[in-house]
Amino acid sequence: MRRAKGEPKGLLISPIENGTVIDHITAGEALNVLRIIGITGTTQESISVATNVESGKIGFKDIVKIKNRELRKDEVDKIALIAPRASINIIRNYKVWDKKGVEIPAEVVGIVRCPNPGCISNTNEPIESCFLVQPKGLRCVYCDWLISKDITSHII
Amino acid sequence: MRHIISIRDLDRAEIDGMLDHAQALQERRYDSEALKGRLLGLLFFEPSTRTRMSFASAIARLGGDSISMDSVEASSMVKGETLADTIRVVSGYVDAIVLRHPKEGAARLASEFAQVPVINAGDGAGQHPSQTLLDLYTIRQSMPLDGVTVGLLGDLRYGRTAHSLAHALSLYKATLHTISPKGLELPSGLAGELRDAGTEVVEHDDVQEVVKDLDVLYVTRIQRERFPDSASYFKVASSYRVTPELLTGVRDHLVVLHPLPRVNEIDPRVDQLPYARYFEQSANGIPVRMAMLLRVMA
Repeated sequence: MRRAKGEPKGLLISPIENGTVIDHITAGEALNVLRIIGITGTTQESISVATNVESGKIGFKDIVKIKNRELRKDEVDKIALIAPRASINIIRNYKVWDKKGVEIPAEVVGIVRCPNPGCISNTNEPIESCFLVQPKGLRCVYCDWLISKDITSHII
Repeated sequence: MRHIISIRDLDRAEIDGMLDHAQALQERRYDSEALKGRLLGLLFFEPSTRTRMSFASAIARLGGDSISMDSVEASSMVKGETLADTIRVVSGYVDAIVLRHPKEGAARLASEFAQVPVINAGDGAGQHPSQTLLDLYTIRQSMPLDGVTVGLLGDLRYGRTAHSLAHALSLYKATLHTISPKGLELPSGLAGELRDAGTEVVEHDDVQEVVKDLDVLYVTRIQRERFPDSASYFKVASSYRVTPELLTGVRDHLVVLHPLPRVNEIDPRVDQLPYARYFEQSANGIPVRMAMLLRVMA
């Protein structure tokens, strides 16, 4: 939400002592980001989410703060598919201890469901979905199906 | 371990190498005991007479033997076993597996679980690399593949043989003319990919527009089940039928191919014309599949 003129600056969500802050998430994608990194309402983490926050860098953005959990690089890279400009801040004792961007991985496993109903990955076989990240989109390693748009709607 | 899953996995040099090898095999320059004592498992979860028989023939000619499932109905798939388990079990029985399965990507999955090489003999609407190799081989018997002008006629949406062939031809800077009924056009994603690879893809409504410019006319079956009723099927099917009249005035070296079985797509009178090469194409399945078996088993 845009601040009215003269409105005092404030923090939408309070700082965390230890954990991870994912900043500069594409506006509206925060909940999908949480889904991708496996944080649902039933897991233990204490989470704050801000969506559609004004950002000088990308217009509007989402922010996610996760208390007492430091995300690993392979976990955060998964979110690059839907939030390529996200930055990850590892917080220790209220200070940014480490800051990194996200890199799109070469393949994404178990995150996206193949839209092809005839694909073997949509059966009861003991495999996870697997897509190669290509310039045009995500290509299913099993059936060659290319997801070129709206990746979010195919997230498992 | 070498598998042959998709034509996309092969680069041009590998394809050329296999076609050269197939040619040597067809000229009977080979060791008829090259695969003596080796056993091939034919796992066909979908009916197929010719692909299965031609693989059995190919291994026998190289001195090897083959075993196969009795029928899909008798298979453990009916009991609910996963393909992954079936493949792990059969891997213990044979030295290589040829797989035909209704699901796309089944052969890729099989290659992940198999302890022996896997050859894809068609997975759903997906890949069928041995068909593509024998299609290329048959074209190459008449003309160089480079820059060839090919018309793809029929069901280009669901026809896996047309997809694989189109992809392979893009490695040879071919020009593709697609002629298909409304709703059965080449998927736009594939057409875009071919164009990105530098292949000229031209769409037509009527085969007569383009037949005189073609080096190869590749005909595929239009399946009746794609249409709401018999009348609309027959209307469409008759307008995509290849007849001697259609072929008047075509290039002398035109080659008419069809992956077979044909139903009504090609008038039997065309069989007598010099352009008809589909039975040779089918016979070429033997040297091509011998080359594939030697690639993964030798």
